[in-house]
Amino acid sequence: MQLTGLQTLITILAIALGAMLTRFTPFFLFPDHKEPPKIIGYLGKMLPAAMMGLLVVYCLKDVSFLNSPHGIPEIVAIISIIFLHKWKNNVLLSIGGGTAVYMILVQTMFK
Amino acid sequence: MIQIQKNRREKLKIAFKEAFPHTIPVLTGFLVLGIAYGVLMQSKGYSTFWAVLMSAVAFCGSMQFVAITLLTVAFHPIQAFLLSIMVNARHLFYGISMLEKYKGLGKIRGFLIYTLCDETFSISSSVTPPKTVERKYFFFAISLLDYSYWILGTFLGGMIGGFVSFNTEGLDFVLTALFVVLFLEQMKNRKNISSGIIGIVSSILGLCLFGAGNMVIPSMLIILAVLLLGKGKLCS
Repeated sequence: MQLTGLQTLITILAIALGAMLTRFTPFFLFPDHKEPPKIIGYLGKMLPAAMMGLLVVYCLKDVSFLNSPHGIPEIVAIISIIFLHKWKNNVLLSIGGGTAVYMILVQTMFK
Repeated sequence: MIQIQKNRREKLKIAFKEAFPHTIPVLTGFLVLGIAYGVLMQSKGYSTFWAVLMSAVAFCGSMQFVAITLLTVAFHPIQAFLLSIMVNARHLFYGISMLEKYKGLGKIRGFLIYTLCDETFSISSSVTPPKTVERKYFFFAISLLDYSYWILGTFLGGMIGGFVSFNTEGLDFVLTALFVVLFLEQMKNRKNISSGIIGIVSSILGLCLFGAGNMVIPSMLIILAVLLLGKGKLCS
């Protein structure tokens, strides 16, 4: 522990304040009792799917496709998820199955 | 009065029962990552108390890992604040997305916003609450469960972290899997397909142009620009 207790506490509060600013701002700008502008309603409808795409890419951002193992565990796991999901259409099964495939690959074949 | 209280307790019980299955992947992922976080903080000389305090107050997974570096260098609260805004900027879009769903939820709304992380956003924006459950209690249950998993994981990491021997390598992929599956769920609605593709392509572009460390904000701006420029086409 490099910082004193008080300094650590202040740092934690500063980080929390930054995070909460990003979480609360939209709700402050467009409060409950007022109808938000149409463009915000449009973005609210379109953004969830786009942000889910961003989160997927974000999770894979550190995978190197040029160096071994060329992202093979990730690609195989995601393809299994897509197949499992098309086949059984069960959210938990797809997530669990995909994770199991990934774990087996990185623990055995791609050490 | 007693009747109302009893009624509310009953409603909450149903809500938690319905919400829990949706949060199982988050339970797995947050325990693994939370434990990792607790262990890492421990190794930098921060006791379980500090790790749990950070998780409970700031509750922002990726920023908390970034902050470990800050806590071990020097006292820079302003830098920590600004960095936190940048790393957490994606929450601005979550808020815009949840304006409609979190409308008219009363006192609970503040807590829902406070704990609106990636995982809670992805579940709450993709899942429609079942008819048997009151909407606000359902969202509250998802948020509270996810929030507790993160704190519980951090606590366990601080307490027992060093002794875990089960080979958990790759288990954190469960959160990637969660996002992939919820992406697929979004794609079931034909109206979301173009937006989903825009999200993927813009983020790959952001990643290629700005690198893994700085991809989020540029990707968000590209998404925003494409959605705004294509409004006419995408709406029809």
